[in-house]
Amino acid sequence: MSHAPQPLGAPVVRREAREKVTGSARYAVEHALPDCLYAWPVPATVPSGRVTAVRTADALALPGVHTVLTHENAPRLQEPDDATLALLQDDRVPHRGWYVALVVADSLEAARAGADAVVTEYAREPHDVLISEDHPGLYTPEKANGGYPAVRERGDFTRAFEDAGVRIDTTYRISPLHNHPMEPHATTARWTDGRLTVHDSSQGSTTVRDTLAAVFGIDTDRVTAISEHVGGGFGSKGTPRPQVVLAAMAALHTGRPVKLALPRRQMPAVVGHRAPTVHRVRIGAGDDGVITALSHEVTTHTSTVKEFVEQAAVPARTMYTSPNSRTTHRVAALDVPSPSWMRAPGEASGMYALESAMDELACALGIDPVELRVRNEPATEPDSGKPFSSRNLVACLREGARRFGWDDRDRRPATRQEGRWLLGTGVASATYPVLVGPSSACAYAAADGSYRIEVNATDIGTGARTVLAQIAASALSTAADRVRVVLGDSDLPDAPLAGGSSGTASWGWAVHKAAARLAAEIAAHSGPLPAEGLTVRADTREETGAESPYARHAFGAHFAETAVDSLTGEVRVRRLLGVYAAGRILNARTARSQFIGGMVMGIGMALTEGSTLDPVYGDFTASDLASYHVPACADVPAVEAHWIDEDDPHLNPMGSKGIGEIGIVGTAAAIGNAVRHATGARLTELPLTPDKVLPYLP
Amino acid sequence: MKPFGYLRPASVTEAVRAGASHPGARFLGGGTNLVDLMKLGVETPGLLIDVTRLPLDRTEPTADGGLRVGATVRNSDLAAHPLVRERYPVLTQALLAGASGQLRNTATTGGNLLQRTRCPYFQDVSKPCNKRVPGTGCPAREGAHRDLAVLGHSENCVATHPSDLSAALAALDATVELHGPEGERTVPVTAFHRLPEENPDQDTVIRPGELITAVTLPPAPDGSAQLYRKVRDRASYAFALVSLAAVLTVRDGRVQHAALAFGGLAHRPWRATAAEAVLRDAPATPETYARAAAAELAAARPLRDNAFKVDLARRLTVDVLTELT
Repeated sequence: MSHAPQPLGAPVVRREAREKVTGSARYAVEHALPDCLYAWPVPATVPSGRVTAVRTADALALPGVHTVLTHENAPRLQEPDDATLALLQDDRVPHRGWYVALVVADSLEAARAGADAVVTEYAREPHDVLISEDHPGLYTPEKANGGYPAVRERGDFTRAFEDAGVRIDTTYRISPLHNHPMEPHATTARWTDGRLTVHDSSQGSTTVRDTLAAVFGIDTDRVTAISEHVGGGFGSKGTPRPQVVLAAMAALHTGRPVKLALPRRQMPAVVGHRAPTVHRVRIGAGDDGVITALSHEVTTHTSTVKEFVEQAAVPARTMYTSPNSRTTHRVAALDVPSPSWMRAPGEASGMYALESAMDELACALGIDPVELRVRNEPATEPDSGKPFSSRNLVACLREGARRFGWDDRDRRPATRQEGRWLLGTGVASATYPVLVGPSSACAYAAADGSYRIEVNATDIGTGARTVLAQIAASALSTAADRVRVVLGDSDLPDAPLAGGSSGTASWGWAVHKAAARLAAEIAAHSGPLPAEGLTVRADTREETGAESPYARHAFGAHFAETAVDSLTGEVRVRRLLGVYAAGRILNARTARSQFIGGMVMGIGMALTEGSTLDPVYGDFTASDLASYHVPACADVPAVEAHWIDEDDPHLNPMGSKGIGEIGIVGTAAAIGNAVRHATGARLTELPLTPDKVLPYLP
Repeated sequence: MKPFGYLRPASVTEAVRAGASHPGARFLGGGTNLVDLMKLGVETPGLLIDVTRLPLDRTEPTADGGLRVGATVRNSDLAAHPLVRERYPVLTQALLAGASGQLRNTATTGGNLLQRTRCPYFQDVSKPCNKRVPGTGCPAREGAHRDLAVLGHSENCVATHPSDLSAALAALDATVELHGPEGERTVPVTAFHRLPEENPDQDTVIRPGELITAVTLPPAPDGSAQLYRKVRDRASYAFALVSLAAVLTVRDGRVQHAALAFGGLAHRPWRATAAEAVLRDAPATPETYARAAAAELAAARPLRDNAFKVDLARRLTVDVLTELT
């Protein structure tokens, strides 16, 4: 055991690594409870309409089937804030895949057989699942996701665009994308003496607790939600999902513990997806490349259940000089599953379009794409007029160019060939806002000199336990391995979810505050600590509630080298390099993992991942991992993540910005720009599969 | 999953007898496709007859210089077999282009031939599918069909056969050995898989109760060059958009022997006989290869979203043959 204090930033190994690789880390449905039942949901098989009958007799007659919950017998819920959780409450079918029944049985196999035996009858209504730029149902929402205004205008875009010497006007399309975390959405639920306990695979169990208390109409102190280990979330577990409510309903109805893990094939319909987006981007610039007019207009879909608008035009409000600007979102509510958060909602999609358009502008002007971005570096945030707390986009571009060997690049398109392969390189910027939420935490010093930190943070695979121990150790001037971190349980001090790249900043701020105060108390204490030790509780509501006078964002730059098979149109990434300016990096090892994870997801977005809605049946056609292609190892080449030292005093006591999402932002654009450089063809629709590339090949 | 019986027979005779006396029984090889389909409710056998312990796991040279591959030889073992690598490289390449390492370690030679289509409608029991339930219709025609057939499809079915191995076997003129209640017979691989026509529920000409016991390869054509190339949406672990198994012998600048079989284009591995007719005795040049591709693909009837496959097949033909020349 090392007793030397570990400085923040050290590459400390993830604490629970051994438990995870040896299988002793327990996930949501791996908690053995006596008398446990198993549940299997029954999805609607029509895209729109009403349930007229659910015939359960055949299912109930099967051996082992305990009960079938339907809208007629399921426990009544209070109306949830999130309408996707109003499960089995009425006969309405808002989209195919919406749950119409839940079979509960003695075994998983019996539950599944029971689900197959449930017969549901419907009064079917017409449906519409295909979005287009001229869809008659389009409207301008009040807000996009994240609370951003749907429309922002500055100056006179139309006039400035008309007057511009060089104009880019391109429409880009991104198909729906799915979250498929390795651990599906899963819950074990039990009621004991009117108290509900759930083990739930979630990104934040304080939210799960509060939501369950609200829908079941009980006090929050009668609900415990535990998310000890979580096998990935990527946003799809940021809000409580149907499985936790269904499992709790089934446990209430049967009086026995119930386990429910969503089948992989059902996930696309109920765990949220990145909505398809259509982006019209117009940029007007002078011959010097300086942007005079910028418009980013986004069209997307939401469901009839709730409004979720991918905030894809928002990054254009931050990125570049744009005295005349228009950024808008329009949405239509279709008979589709409800879209939701997926890694960097808004930035991942919006920056594909904006950074592709920037590359077009660079090509049109004959200016190096790195240089073009440097020329459009704004002095203050264009939309808010606020100064940046720190903005090192240019440093990222320059450092990335140096490491990548960008300056040796031959700018001419379609001129490098290696056998059948056309080679190209591309660059794109990345950004992600600095978000932080109020959190509480407890720091405890034991008489034996050890420490314990309690905070209901969630470690979704990011290394939160490890980093929080480093933060506490730093404030306590001790070694990280003297600090135990307890998290993932809603009975611990309340904390926000692991989402919006805000987890470490939010939890860490409270942990730092509690630990720093504890250190002060210890310093003021004379003699040995009392037998019960010392405890300090801290809350950051005040600090995090104040609006910052600064525009706070992380920035980055992605560089890609791609090879395009001139014969088949297959695109392979050869090299991908990211450089980030994200405040202080708190753990070099886990941070690199997160950056690279985001970049790999960006490769998927660029080349392989895409779903479609079946116009006849109304569901996603890519419903399993054989049809929804996440990158395989062979798709992931040399990937490098680097960062520059950024000292920003306007963030939080650790000086950190979030890093969970920026790795996916702009990655698809860098790859698309490299494909353009390789082939000379500008493709505008993701993913770049062979069928899309082929028409542009000789 | 519907409850099912499980039987591990001691001999081929016992396996075949059990298969014949239990309608709806299925022979279980590696289970990499059958078990998935059982989970989906697409296959609902009352009895699984596990043939993996039968003595069908040998790969042996035949007297005429060919190779006889037992039906339960695992894909990984077959790909690595020294005689396969030496004499039938197209077979090794095809095997290694399929699935993932874990699946290849389990999947068997016989089972691979009997893989069923990955058409999304076939795999979803909540939707119609003539292949799954005859007479219910084919939604793929109007729906999602980017990955589906451009050759040999019918009004009733536009599914593709997903096997890489089968395409290579078709190009190598391999023969399937079958053992059934009425005795043994052999069927050329090229005649083993069917076109959908009126009965898309029948993938092959296999008769009820018949078990694949082996696949026999004739000697590789003298001096032939061989290549399998697969185009897919990701670099590994994806089914073919189009693949091509090619065996080519060129003498004195002319094609002496050519055997081509496409994967991903049709309901069966598509042996390109029209192309081969053009190639035979013709000058071994890209122009000939382009004419051969055009002759074969003239019959293509692409659907709304899969015309790219025709272009891809044409490009692949010219390029692969040129590379083999």
